[in-house]
Amino acid sequence: MKLKFEQITPYFFILPHLGFFAVFLAFPVFFGIYISMHRWELLDWEKPFIGFGNFAKIFDSTTIQYEYFWNSLGNTLKFVVFSLPFLVITGLLLALLINQNLKFKGLFRCIFYTPVVLSITSVTLMWNWLLDTQSGLINYILSLGGYTPIAWLSTTEWAWVSLVVVTVWWTVGQNMLLFLAGLQDIAEHLYEAAKIDGANAWQRFWSITLPSLKPTTLFVTVMTTIASFNVFGQPYMMTRGGPGRDTQVAIMYIQEEAFSNYRFGNAAAMALIVSVFIIVISIFQFRLLSSDVEY
Amino acid sequence: MLSTSLKPESQTIEWPISIIPETFTGENYREIFNNSARTPIFRWFFNSILIATATTILVVFIDALAAYAYARLEFKGRKLLFWLLMTTMMVPPVTNLIPNYIIVDSFGWIDTYYAMIFPAAASVFGVFLLRQFFKGIPKELEESAYIDGCNKFQIFYQIILPLAKPALITLGLFTFLGSWNAFLWPLIVTNSAEMRPLTPGLSLLQGYYIIEHGKLMAGAFLSAIPVIIVFAFAQRYFVRGISLTGIKG
Repeated sequence: MKLKFEQITPYFFILPHLGFFAVFLAFPVFFGIYISMHRWELLDWEKPFIGFGNFAKIFDSTTIQYEYFWNSLGNTLKFVVFSLPFLVITGLLLALLINQNLKFKGLFRCIFYTPVVLSITSVTLMWNWLLDTQSGLINYILSLGGYTPIAWLSTTEWAWVSLVVVTVWWTVGQNMLLFLAGLQDIAEHLYEAAKIDGANAWQRFWSITLPSLKPTTLFVTVMTTIASFNVFGQPYMMTRGGPGRDTQVAIMYIQEEAFSNYRFGNAAAMALIVSVFIIVISIFQFRLLSSDVEY
Repeated sequence: MLSTSLKPESQTIEWPISIIPETFTGENYREIFNNSARTPIFRWFFNSILIATATTILVVFIDALAAYAYARLEFKGRKLLFWLLMTTMMVPPVTNLIPNYIIVDSFGWIDTYYAMIFPAAASVFGVFLLRQFFKGIPKELEESAYIDGCNKFQIFYQIILPLAKPALITLGLFTFLGSWNAFLWPLIVTNSAEMRPLTPGLSLLQGYYIIEHGKLMAGAFLSAIPVIIVFAFAQRYFVRGISLTGIKG
């Protein structure tokens, strides 16, 4: 009997977590595929099987779903492409700045990291006020310099600028910390040897710091890409997807289709397409990562 | 932000903008606190505290148990199960958004705290984080306890958990923060204003006070206070956790 009990003990340890995992993470993946193959609308009792009908609608260029969905996925991609370089490079620059033997290193690190812990609504409420066309601080400063006020959130180009700036302000501290950890792993003697060989600061940065940070940079890039693909809160709170649908991102449209139009089948199909997109890109990037880095 | 929230409404749109309000007022705070039917901000605050605390306790508890088994115990299917957990880390949150809504709805959990607590317990991040930590604890400690006659639960409770305290705190902080700042999921599983946590609740504030910046800033500030306090006291755990895994909770 004792032996038997010993054998089943491990399952007591894993079961509580495994239960939640099965119901809310593993099963929903398959359930999502199931939903996407049915005409699943909130008010209908009947949820008939329609095979790939929902997908066909999304790929049929005469439907409204086609127009709005691909527009929103395109906007998500735009957001990734616009924000990624700034998030990575600014993170690196901040880390380099702090890694100099500054007097208030800890304080600076704390200041730059603090926005990361704030909620998206705190961040966007504050920035919406700063960016307000009539009464915002930023247009006020511009007016002091004699510039005309800019409609930061209601013209397409400036809306993208605002979204990227706010995203960088909000999340760059995360990348900064990762780069700082990477910088601290570089052996000091490399720099000393280079100094003896007469390398100047720029040469030392170019041939020691940057190559040593390669694994960190790849990791930061992968993580930032995945996070940016999941963008929702910034455009939801700041531009409401506007002007028009110019900044409506994929998750916003999926949310609209499911919870305003109650077409769950369609929305589930769209969510699957977006998911496949994200998974393929992250696998591709992880491949790149693991071919270069040994863990 | 703090400065604007303390200004009377007329001064918030005044140019030039002054950093120090000419006249201080607590009116913005009074008003959003009193306006309890449409924007019950105290209730949101309470909801957030309750949901984040419950989620944190649940997640740390079940993840510690599971992580210990995956790190140290021998059982059939261990490798396969752990591989399954790790694979789902690739699944983006949007995949499960609609199915989970329908599941939670079928449980009758829409507009309840359950909907905002239990699905969060499925996360595998904590299991991964703690397993890494448990693997670093020397095996000899457990073996000697085993010889002394401790069973697996006693070893876990009396030896592993006390040693893993820093990792447990790190996971707890990430979980609390993640729950406090969750936006999309609580937004879709709540219908009534009074069931919302603070983070999605504040988005209602924007609708009602579209040009009243003082009130918006008061709300934003209230939501930021707890996380900034938590962060200030526990900074080193954040830094450790991030360098350990590279991921925010």
